Amino acid sequence: MPRTLFDKIWDFHLVGQRADGRDLIYIDRHVLHELHAHHSFAQLEKQHRRVHRPDLTFAVQDHTVATKPGRDDDTNPSGTAFLKAMREGTRKHGIRLFDIDDPEQGISHVVAPELGIVLPGATHAVPDSHASTVGGVGALAFGCGTSELTHILATQVMALKRPKRLRARLEGRLGPHVSAKDVALRLIAELGVAGARGHAVEYAGAAVRAMPIEQRMTLCNLNIEMGGRSGFVAPDDATFAWLQGRPYVPQGAMWDRALDYWRSLVTDDDAAFDREVVLDCSALEPQITWGTDPSQVVGISGRVPDPAAIDPNRRAAAQSAFGYMGLAPGTPLAGLPVDRVFIGSCTNSRLPDLEVAAAVVRGRRVAEGVVAMVVPGSSTVKREAEAAGLDRVFRDAGFFWGESGCSMCAGGNGDRGQPGERCVSTTNRNFENRQGPKVRTHLASPATAAATAIAGHIADVRQLLLGAT
Amino acid sequence: MQPFTSHSGIAAPLLRDDVNTDQIAPILQSRNLKEDYRAMLFMRARQRDDGSEDPDFVLNKPQFRKAGILVTGHNFGAGSSRESAVWSMLANDIRVIVARSFADIYRENCLQNGLLPVVLGADDADAFTARVVAVDGGAPFTVDLVAQRITGPDGFALAFEIAGADRMRLLEGLDDIGLTLKHMDEIVGWERRAAAAQPWLQGVQDGRR
Repeated sequence: MPRTLFDKIWDFHLVGQRADGRDLIYIDRHVLHELHAHHSFAQLEKQHRRVHRPDLTFAVQDHTVATKPGRDDDTNPSGTAFLKAMREGTRKHGIRLFDIDDPEQGISHVVAPELGIVLPGATHAVPDSHASTVGGVGALAFGCGTSELTHILATQVMALKRPKRLRARLEGRLGPHVSAKDVALRLIAELGVAGARGHAVEYAGAAVRAMPIEQRMTLCNLNIEMGGRSGFVAPDDATFAWLQGRPYVPQGAMWDRALDYWRSLVTDDDAAFDREVVLDCSALEPQITWGTDPSQVVGISGRVPDPAAIDPNRRAAAQSAFGYMGLAPGTPLAGLPVDRVFIGSCTNSRLPDLEVAAAVVRGRRVAEGVVAMVVPGSSTVKREAEAAGLDRVFRDAGFFWGESGCSMCAGGNGDRGQPGERCVSTTNRNFENRQGPKVRTHLASPATAAATAIAGHIADVRQLLLGAT
Repeated sequence: MQPFTSHSGIAAPLLRDDVNTDQIAPILQSRNLKEDYRAMLFMRARQRDDGSEDPDFVLNKPQFRKAGILVTGHNFGAGSSRESAVWSMLANDIRVIVARSFADIYRENCLQNGLLPVVLGADDADAFTARVVAVDGGAPFTVDLVAQRITGPDGFALAFEIAGADRMRLLEGLDDIGLTLKHMDEIVGWERRAAAAQPWLQGVQDGRR
């Protein structure tokens, strides 16, 4: 019987069925971060339980670390206790920690694929809703809560209900300066913030195949913003080439054997999905959010929608968003003055994201009055960007160039905007108060964010670059 | 986990869709690992810009200050997986959330902590919401998981559905890890098979060392 890739990975990892009917799914790679891990270490202690597979468990310091150059434990005082608790817990249980000063420290969702810790067809869990970022290399990932984290530490499995299968076919060829971020925002706008709830999403189609691996990760990263816990792209030659030689990837004869297996990680022809959606991306322009959830999206040439044109069920939310964002219906997005631009987060902080932004910024200056920040997703990305001279490009233009971490995505490290500021951000959530009390967030791609920083107002990167030639 | 059999309390209507976990339990940058979950619940929504209490927010209204049941719309608990969004409910003695639907991870976090997530279909949700709004905190409702019924003032009664396994887990307050540990032989057996079928999954090492 033809099977989807989801079914192949799920069935391989099915350990058994619990008395309550839940499937026990083995987790091949478990990555912890400091904001939640200390609760689980305390729970294990209380329950007198040990970590079943410390060798398959990794830990990073990412949510609370300061981004200021020369940072240490105390640079962000609200993070100190978390960093120390993580250090103690991982030492006690024998878990490899990428600590604040580790040359490979970074955001878990950036570090795990970059080091080859996650692999095609592997299962992965992180106590963070953006876990499925690593779906970009063909891994099946689950974001989880703290109790589930403790459960995985103690057993190396998750007790899950089998989700339904959704295939999102993204067809067509992306235009210049249009990226996975724009595609994902459009898809969330079409399906809604709960559109993929209860489903594992396979991203397929010509537009996905043409995406470099980092863009596939951006696409899978935003899966949770339409309610899907897991989202992935079937691995292909581009994936294998991207992975080969990374530190934790199998080598030699083992690589050959793994590669043979990974080539079977495809959805069979005629395999059935519970649901299928198709999006033609060929005419897509850069996208940007206007409201306070990631489905409130328009093209960069668009306007804040008229309430009459909004689904009646969504109208109250839109009205509330108009107020919070300080925007009247009919206002064009392009041209709105901004106070702050943030480039970073697990969504858009990998080297190609920074390269795209740097190409826009090169030889230009950040507009007066705009605070602009670039925070690389990992210390490795930072080092590679510096080797390519990108830090100079950003700094010369007036950007802050920081140490890696989650930074302004959720503001857990103190990087936040000021009340009332309008911020264009390459992150994943434009929720009220997320980037600081009363901060008005517009989500967009690195190219749009960079163009906006230069222009001082929300800008169409295509026009900015056109105007320069 | 504290078993859940039945819970009586004032039902507070938070009649919105897509309430997210950043709203429910904002990151407060506490320096303390043990945070004040009671104060955390909807902290920003409860306050006006000047830091004073917003009298219009439902849980600040006198009749809902001691609410034990939260009544809300679709996709409750969207966003971040933070479990503090459940702990902050329990810290305020809210042990039932009645919604039109829940975000996946949030619902899991509820089950892990003995917080009952009740999902009502459109007609039942409309009827219950209308009743909750009319009662306006004047009398409690009771959510009985054994009978799978919500009852309230003036003979109000409504049956609700919940997956049998989830119901049992809440009723018995089962230790989730304990349930899984009964399968340890299967887990170890799986590891052995995986080590043969996909050895790169079971052995991970930094190839540079």
